[in-house]
Amino acid sequence: MTTPKDFGFTEDISMLKDTYAKFLSEQKTVENLRPSLKGTEDPYHGDQRPAFYDAQNWQQTVDLGIHAVSIPEEQGGIGMGLVAATAIAEEIGRYALATPLTNTLLATFLLRAIDTSEGNALLEAMAGGTRVGLALYGEDGSLEGDSTDVRVEDGKLLGQSWYVTDAQKSEVLIVAAHSADGIDLYKVNRQGDNVHLFDDRIVDLTRDQARIQFDHTEAQALTTAGQGLMSIQKALPALLTLTAADIAGAAEWQLQTTAEYAKVRSQFDRPIGFFQAVKHPIVDMMITADETRSLVYQAAAAYDFEPEDAARCAHLAKSSASDTAEFCANRSTQLHGGIGFTWEADVQIYHKRQMHSQFLFGDGVWQRAKLGELL
Amino acid sequence: MSEKTMTQEQAEFQTFCQAWLQENKPEPHPVALPQAAYEVTNPGHLTYLSEWQAKCYEAGLIASDLPKEYGGHGMTGCQQIASNEVRKAAVPYFINWIGLGMAVPTLLECGTEDQKRTFLPPIFSAEHIWCQGFSEPGAGSDLASLQASAVKEGDQWRINGSKVWTSLGHFAQYMLLLARQDKTDKYGGITYFLAPMDQPGITVKPIHKMTGESGFNEVFLEDAIVGDHLRVGAVGDGWKVAMATLTSERGAGVGVGAVASESPTLVMQQVIQLAKDTRRGGQRVWDDPVWRDRILKVYERTEASLQNARRSRIKALNGGAMRIPLQGKVAGSEISQSLHQIALGILGLKSSLYVGDEHAPANGKWPLGYMNTYTGTISGGSSEIQRNILGERVLGLPKTK
Repeated sequence: MTTPKDFGFTEDISMLKDTYAKFLSEQKTVENLRPSLKGTEDPYHGDQRPAFYDAQNWQQTVDLGIHAVSIPEEQGGIGMGLVAATAIAEEIGRYALATPLTNTLLATFLLRAIDTSEGNALLEAMAGGTRVGLALYGEDGSLEGDSTDVRVEDGKLLGQSWYVTDAQKSEVLIVAAHSADGIDLYKVNRQGDNVHLFDDRIVDLTRDQARIQFDHTEAQALTTAGQGLMSIQKALPALLTLTAADIAGAAEWQLQTTAEYAKVRSQFDRPIGFFQAVKHPIVDMMITADETRSLVYQAAAAYDFEPEDAARCAHLAKSSASDTAEFCANRSTQLHGGIGFTWEADVQIYHKRQMHSQFLFGDGVWQRAKLGELL
Repeated sequence: MSEKTMTQEQAEFQTFCQAWLQENKPEPHPVALPQAAYEVTNPGHLTYLSEWQAKCYEAGLIASDLPKEYGGHGMTGCQQIASNEVRKAAVPYFINWIGLGMAVPTLLECGTEDQKRTFLPPIFSAEHIWCQGFSEPGAGSDLASLQASAVKEGDQWRINGSKVWTSLGHFAQYMLLLARQDKTDKYGGITYFLAPMDQPGITVKPIHKMTGESGFNEVFLEDAIVGDHLRVGAVGDGWKVAMATLTSERGAGVGVGAVASESPTLVMQQVIQLAKDTRRGGQRVWDDPVWRDRILKVYERTEASLQNARRSRIKALNGGAMRIPLQGKVAGSEISQSLHQIALGILGLKSSLYVGDEHAPANGKWPLGYMNTYTGTISGGSSEIQRNILGERVLGLPKTK
């Protein structure tokens, strides 16, 4: 089996991407975020930052059906594949959007990999707008299979999940836990009894994150007989690709914004972009961002059309993306000079999102270690 | 092009190319060929490679899509198929790479009807080998500062000056020549000529590269004569015509022929194999996580280059028609250089053994190849110049000069 030359990026997907991009371009995504940051700046004395997302933006996204792009038609979704979801994820990154949509896309592919009637019921709820988050990590934050610090006892969950991204935006959590048979996945009502949420203070201003404690918590099994681990592994290429797509979109914003700044900021009587010490690193941002973007679409196409090659392509994409996140963030701040180092500059918001994305589902070094095992 | 979107003509042509290449793949020359066409100095290699190119041309694998009156085969959408099949078949490269890659697109875009009819067919058949006379000792990255002079005398031009880094100059019948008819106008003072090499006013002197090979030359023009009918474009339009030539040299032009050499993917596979076959400190180099990470970083970029080429054809995803193609040279040459650096690292001290040493791995291919990667990062606009071009043309940054 081979993937289509055009990555399966059809006219329909192109229109969907344009629609969503246009929708976001008409909003001031970063400006809308700003009020939630007021008074939280100081890391020593500032307030805990409230989790933010624009509920109206989310509702409109649901109304447009974007949230259900890859939910199968049988569960009330649009039924498209990862290429379409990737196109959307790229736009989320480009606008550094605080949204439950990222988790929705990730959860869609995890639930599709779970492929049980309980999982499908949750997909159906998501098609109706239910916000689902993922609680897969233990304290070490690794994806090495059994890292979760949650266990099942008498059908109830005990222990804690770490680094739960956008936990505050979620109504339901998919929790990885040690069962009698290995790792299984459970559905938990985030606001239900015996679920204790402890907000993390995190660098990234566009996401929230929490540690969640389970204390004999009611949970519904989405997988049994230790099938959870296999589901995670099956979905992992999609999770990596979507995260890499977010990075690619944000990197393109960093590239364009830095290039624009280099045209208007003048020193030594010239726009600084005249100087090769500035011009060349901006070109290097473009080269690395383009490589990532191409690998992202390859990975998405592989997942949809050539699943046996999906893991290799996804590790490649996230490896490239993690390094691009680091490089483009680094250069964008450096080339903006003093202003880029301030809280007022939007580059710092993207920079911090990239610092977070770089490590979500494993950084470049980890991706390459996994990739090496496949070659 | 996927099978689905091919016309019947194209599908049949693809099958034909595959079968023809299989059947006509030449026996290797008794003396191993250099790694690239621009390093050929052995006259026996020239004959062998010219015959091979002529055969491919006759079969329709070169100039497939060009009109018959210019020596083409008059097909539609077939050149890319032929070039792909040639690349895949691991056959010898085409010796006349400057003719095919630079003279052909220049003549097609800017040549007169007469020039096209006269010069194109012998380029395809490798009857006429071409070289390029752009760079001078004092004009490299700042090409427009070139000083070779052209003085009009009746219906001909008298040329004086010297050119440098002239690959294939020792075999060439013609040179793509830039010379200055007006010293007061940097860009508007340059005219483009097709200069016959076989004349008393032209002397070709080989230059040895750091590898010890002598693929390129210094060319002295002392009262060389070029007829006015061999001028391309108007007097003073040489810079514009040269830009058309350089665009194709830099990987953005329409491919007319194919320069078949080892693809980056193949070299990448060889490097991985090298790491698996090389043992040090009781383990395979491949099993050393530090080395593996280093190798896979380049593997990632090699794969990204292929996917870039794929994405560049998708309008909704390519970020503009020229954005990815203009990155081709700088990325490709730097990836190739990194790959070779890694190969040397995997070999360690074994990489000190050079061509001709009986213990040299792959007869010194890796250190030789590494040194030759600087051809890619320096010639045809160095990586630094490429970054200027990308910053200015794609990102709209202020022009450095």
